[in-house]
Amino acid sequence: MDTTRTSETIDQDRRRLLGTAAVGIAAAGAASLLPSQKAAASTSDGIRPFTVSFPQEELTELRRRIVATRWPERELVSDEASRRIWSTPATVGPTQGVQLATMQKLMQYWGTEYDWSKCETRLKALPNFVTEIDGLDIHFIHVKSKHQGALPVIITHGWPGSVIELLKIIDPFTNPTAHGGTAADAFDVVIPSMPGYGFSGKPTEIGWDSARIARAWIVLMKRLGYDRYVAQGGDWGALITEQMALIAPPELVAIHTNMPGTIPPEIVNALASGGPPPADLGPDEKRAYEQVAFFYKNGLGYANEMALRPQTLYGIVDSPAGLAAWILDHDADSYALIARSFDGEPEGLTRDDILDNITFYWLTHTAISSARLYWEHTQTAKAGFFDAKGITIPVGATANPSEIYTAPKSWTERAFPKLLHYGRTDKGCHFAAWEQPKIFTDEVRATFKTLQT
Amino acid sequence: MSLHQLAAALVFGLCTLSAPAFANPVEDRSIRPFKIQVPQTALDDLRGRIAATRWPDRETVGDQSQGIQLAKIRPLVEYWGRAYDWRTAEAKLNSLPQFMTTIDGVDIHFIHVRSKHPDALPLIMTHGWPGSVLELLKTVGPLTDPTAHGGSPEDAFDLVLPSLPGFGFSGKPTEIGWGTERIARAWAELMKRLGYTEYVAQGGDWGSPVSNAMGRLAPAGLLGIHVNLPAVVPPEIAAVLATGGPVPAGLTGKERTAFDALSMAAKMGNRSYATMMGTRPQTIGYAINDSPAGLAAWMLGHPGFSGWTYDDSDPEKSPDEVLDDITLYWLTNTATSSGRIYWEYGGGRSPVFADPEKTNEVSLPVAITVFPGEGYQAPETWARRAYPNMIYFHEVDKGGHFAAWEQPELFSAELRAAFRSLRQRN
Repeated sequence: MDTTRTSETIDQDRRRLLGTAAVGIAAAGAASLLPSQKAAASTSDGIRPFTVSFPQEELTELRRRIVATRWPERELVSDEASRRIWSTPATVGPTQGVQLATMQKLMQYWGTEYDWSKCETRLKALPNFVTEIDGLDIHFIHVKSKHQGALPVIITHGWPGSVIELLKIIDPFTNPTAHGGTAADAFDVVIPSMPGYGFSGKPTEIGWDSARIARAWIVLMKRLGYDRYVAQGGDWGALITEQMALIAPPELVAIHTNMPGTIPPEIVNALASGGPPPADLGPDEKRAYEQVAFFYKNGLGYANEMALRPQTLYGIVDSPAGLAAWILDHDADSYALIARSFDGEPEGLTRDDILDNITFYWLTHTAISSARLYWEHTQTAKAGFFDAKGITIPVGATANPSEIYTAPKSWTERAFPKLLHYGRTDKGCHFAAWEQPKIFTDEVRATFKTLQT
Repeated sequence: MSLHQLAAALVFGLCTLSAPAFANPVEDRSIRPFKIQVPQTALDDLRGRIAATRWPDRETVGDQSQGIQLAKIRPLVEYWGRAYDWRTAEAKLNSLPQFMTTIDGVDIHFIHVRSKHPDALPLIMTHGWPGSVLELLKTVGPLTDPTAHGGSPEDAFDLVLPSLPGFGFSGKPTEIGWGTERIARAWAELMKRLGYTEYVAQGGDWGSPVSNAMGRLAPAGLLGIHVNLPAVVPPEIAAVLATGGPVPAGLTGKERTAFDALSMAAKMGNRSYATMMGTRPQTIGYAINDSPAGLAAWMLGHPGFSGWTYDDSDPEKSPDEVLDDITLYWLTNTATSSGRIYWEYGGGRSPVFADPEKTNEVSLPVAITVFPGEGYQAPETWARRAYPNMIYFHEVDKGGHFAAWEQPELFSAELRAAFRSLRQRN
């Protein structure tokens, strides 16, 4: 719908215009303008169609910046991190971060052959909507299945992901008969952009932690008329989905998570002490312990920075190379997977997949607004990302081998007393839906099959 | 390499400066005069990038708790792109005798100012991150020419101000291993090469662990050290801070104040920059190497700057003061290479802890000045425990993390007092 597109464009132009005026005024002005502009296209239920469109000059400017990148010299370690496939943390040599060779291949491709318009076309082809919840515009993709009795599911992405990491599973979920499933496997799919991410609004006040997002999602599903649904997520999406399960509105019948929080309290304490794994752990538990300990010790720099000083990261808003490197350095295994894809060995994620997501962050100008979710989390979090949180509604959990940690069955059963399904896959990193859509689809179907009517 | 080539290498950022001397058994020990001449194209490019800065929205809080506030950084960066003049800083540096010498395979840039007074005490003084030799320049007059600054000829120092490897005009190491100990060895070699047989060392920020390392190494001629970021936190306090445990019992008033400051800094996340550079210097490097605003914010995010206004309200902390330093990092393309000192030190650890700094192995005389605006005020009780041979401990009433930069006269007076007893040995 062009009116929406136009108002979106106006918003961007005004923001740009106001950006040259006094800073304080600009921020206040943009905040107050956004909802009123979009309200023009509002319908009676408060849900407005949204058309994806980006001005060509933004893409031209992006390419100009890519070409003008000012590089650092290469890292000083012959970093084998990107070459490895998960074995044990002890095999990882020292790393100084994303390697120059990988970055230069990425930037070379991004600035020349890469074509954003293909991704934009895919996004445009989907039913996109915006609705205001709790004072903020929430963007979402909403695809209904043709099958009667499809189970509604709200699926939440994470950081550094976006709705783009979930695009591959839309058709298998909504159109299962074309993807090895039966009509009974059908879902109606709702894929929102988290606040500060993608096309959703950027909060201008604090308080948008995962619990508040969970409450917004419950409102969203109600507004869409769903009185019986399930929820799914990985990364931040897993935390938000767990928060929905803790709120446990009656219409939410179950959840599935591919980054389940299962670590029992005594293990949380052991990890905090920084010591070796407790002696009584089984092999899967010991491996999980080592994975989490490795991540806490070596892998939290980016999360720490965003949790404590997100605003200081001006460089990732201003520099495409800076943004790309920041996004690549999420966790050791997915970085390895991504680096290999730029070396010509794609397995799950293609170069285009990766750049679609990074370009989406760039064009929506959300590098810092997305990072604030980490800051919000530190203000209110009562438990760590991977800790068991006391969920009592039915849960399905998938443990991928190259996830930050592979949740052991024993911990998962303890964490979720009503465990519908525990799936242990033989491949998959952190971005399960993006990287292994078929396995992911099978896992979600297996979890919810008893609930589908 | 001609000056022009050198300047070009600096600007275009590659490792030309790091001489390939590792394979060379006979290192060139010559000391070469050095002048800075940044090509105009580099300054034009910087201005162009600043003008094209893509800004985020403002932070969602009314204070610094999410990082450098947009309303504070943006006017500074806009001034940087519009009116700031690097040539003034360049002339200031070039008015001092600068040299380059290759040590352990890396070109070391240094300023070397000899006093006119014959018995001046040689002093090697080391800057930190996000500082540079620029943070030390205001002490050159008081330290080398004391009679013009309220001192006597007996207070004179011959001053050596090196740029750390990977910083400023020094070369960038192309292999790992350039931690504080290797830097300490290089500094000892530098002083030897300059012909100094007796000298002292001083440092704040990274200069402190470098000076501690020199103290442990105790090279021939080193008489003692002075540090203004001393490593005095005892192991049992370090353990409590690491786990966020309760306040230990039995602390004196000053120990309690120090504990609270360290504890609060940890809770407020004041060291997130150090964690990032300590684990992934390369990852953050891409952004701050490519974006002037990103570099400025990253550097000014150091808690040592949190009380700085960098507006016109305080001439000692003017926009030019910080922009000279930031521009030096930009033009030398050292945003990434400088961050590696944190990586070498390991995981973003703070250098204020006595045990990892092995202060008990510093047998040489140690002098400490405690500045009130430093991240924590080292208590004398802890300092005496940490450094077995402490000859001087003084708490002053002005100055912060960048003490030499902020309070050059007071800082210089401290060094005079701190090292006085060591001169008497001469």
